Amino acid sequence: MNTAVRERPSDRAGREALERALAAWPAIAPGLPGMHASGIAKLRENALARFRASGFPTARDEEWKYTDLSALTARSFMQVPGDVQAATAEPLPHHALFDDLGGHRLAFVDGRHAPELSSIGPLPGGVRIESLGAALLRDPAALETWLADSRGHSAMAALNAAFMADGALVIVPAAVELAEPIHLVFLGATASTVQPRNLIVVGEHSKCTLIEHYAGSAPTFTNALTQAFLARDADVEYCKLQDEGERALHVGGTHVAQAQGSRFAGHSVSLGASLARHDVTAIFDGERCTATLDGLYLAGGRQHVDHHTRIDHAQPHGTSREHFRGILDGRSRGVFNGRIVVHPGAQQSDAWLTSRNLLLSADAEADTKPQLEIYADDVKCAHGATVGQLDENELFYLRSRGFDAAAARSVLTWAFARSALDAIRLAPLRAHLERACLARLPQALPLAELA
Amino acid sequence: MPPILEIRGLEARVDDKPILRGIDLTVNPGEVHAIMGPNGSGKSTLAQVLAGRETYAVTAGEVHYLGADLLTRAPEERAREGLFLAFQYPVEIAGVSNVYLLKAALNAARRHRGEPELDAMDFLALVRGKLKAMEMPEDLIYRSVNEGFSGGEKKRNEILQMALLEPKLAILDEADSGLDIDALQVVARGINALRAPGRAMIVVTHYQRLLDYVVPDFVHVLSQGRIVRSGGKELALELESRGYGWIDDAAPAAVRAQ
Repeated sequence: MNTAVRERPSDRAGREALERALAAWPAIAPGLPGMHASGIAKLRENALARFRASGFPTARDEEWKYTDLSALTARSFMQVPGDVQAATAEPLPHHALFDDLGGHRLAFVDGRHAPELSSIGPLPGGVRIESLGAALLRDPAALETWLADSRGHSAMAALNAAFMADGALVIVPAAVELAEPIHLVFLGATASTVQPRNLIVVGEHSKCTLIEHYAGSAPTFTNALTQAFLARDADVEYCKLQDEGERALHVGGTHVAQAQGSRFAGHSVSLGASLARHDVTAIFDGERCTATLDGLYLAGGRQHVDHHTRIDHAQPHGTSREHFRGILDGRSRGVFNGRIVVHPGAQQSDAWLTSRNLLLSADAEADTKPQLEIYADDVKCAHGATVGQLDENELFYLRSRGFDAAAARSVLTWAFARSALDAIRLAPLRAHLERACLARLPQALPLAELA
Repeated sequence: MPPILEIRGLEARVDDKPILRGIDLTVNPGEVHAIMGPNGSGKSTLAQVLAGRETYAVTAGEVHYLGADLLTRAPEERAREGLFLAFQYPVEIAGVSNVYLLKAALNAARRHRGEPELDAMDFLALVRGKLKAMEMPEDLIYRSVNEGFSGGEKKRNEILQMALLEPKLAILDEADSGLDIDALQVVARGINALRAPGRAMIVVTHYQRLLDYVVPDFVHVLSQGRIVRSGGKELALELESRGYGWIDDAAPAAVRAQ
């Protein structure tokens, strides 16, 4: 009798991709920025060791229960595209440059800084908005402390930490209010594996708005990692927009460390890619921090979109607000896992989390799970989760006023979606997001009519 | 002039429960018909069936609206052809502004009639006049549809929509429920302002109170899914003084008399 356990196809894909990464490492590593500095080299090697130990996440990992990366993403990970694919670069989506946004734009094509598409305006003294790859070549030691902070990082973040080649470096020194937004835009042009690494450091009492934006119709495999460090009383509005094509695969982590009194308002809008996974974490390292995390995901066809969030109330008097909405059509699947941890001694913590899902089709699926872990006694925490369909009374009311059935459904779907964007302070950005969402609704609606 | 509405032998059920059990009613242009009856008699069901609610299955009978079959039409087609239902419980719709609903509804009807759509300026001028008549503050049209409106504001909002849409047949389902006397008078004035020779109204009400202000041409009493009494406005007063008990007692006789 043969008792050998047969390897599952997904496990094999994951193992082969891991082997590809390890085999490629000796050849790739010397060319990666910062390897000439022992600190960065060590950091990369440690990260690779962590990834070697865990491999690509599989459904056996609790945090990846609904999103088995080993099959889909591992298969395309670091596959060298054939000649045909390499020759057919997709046209760049120039509309994704958001020209009317104003402010500063740092653009990347297939993970590499694209100065010709970037536009950085005059900056107050000490503000840096530049390529992280270039900064790692120039002065790696200065970035080491931040890059070494791997709190909240998944195995995929470790993979990024080993292979990171480029991304954005944003440094805002103390007491600077950047009025203009910073648009970091990542365009996929060819079938490629890109691992952008973004580092955002905002000084005491400083304020800025950042947009991290992924677009392009190429079958890109993105494994992004963004870290934000907010010093005392810093105030950051951050929006991640994932608007890639249907053949793209997207894995991304956004990890925020907050010092005393800082405020972080994060939005995650995930519209594209066949598979998208977003890990968002915020850690309150000081008292009286505030974090709001909002999210909106739209999926149809066989799209799969997964948000895993974690807020650590590690210090007292922190406030967190989390509100995610998903709209799922076709045979799509939406996953939301919102974890809030109130640490011992983090008294007067105030946390509130809701997740609402709208299913537009009988075959769509939503898995939503709020997780509150409370180790302090003087706290205020609440959560709620709903999964539902369009309301029949609302549909009939609209139809009785002359809306045809399809328009009534679209109006109600849009109403559900747009309320998730209301909190975005930057009006031109909100308008872009509204347009991007409307373009993906089952029936297009004239935006002006709804305003 | 041909009738606006002709109902013949209408029967309807929800799930397997019969609610309407043979309704006959003819409504001519210019007429206001009150439909009264105890709770559960089928008044609201009749209103909803006429507006096209799919929760109810029509099992027998026919309805002609402006000479054409009504029951085969989708709710939105009925609306665009001038049939308006003022809801007993106006629905709150978060995220959809009242002004959008009003403008889209009006322009859907105008398109259907082959008339040019109103632009934002003309529409606002029109709606401001109607708001004033309904004693509604302008900010109500910029809020989400009925969301956070008081009971009175919701009812006024229904009449506001009716005033804008100028329907041929208005069905008012308990337009007065939950209103204080001042709000009742505003709503009644709004209804009366729309009485016109070419327009008909069906006023569904449990109490006679609204009919002090909106005086009907005919009063019908519904009981157990049938019209068991029809008469003039004095029938409403009789119901007010005697209650619905005598109607139920008399129901079998009335049915036999038909």
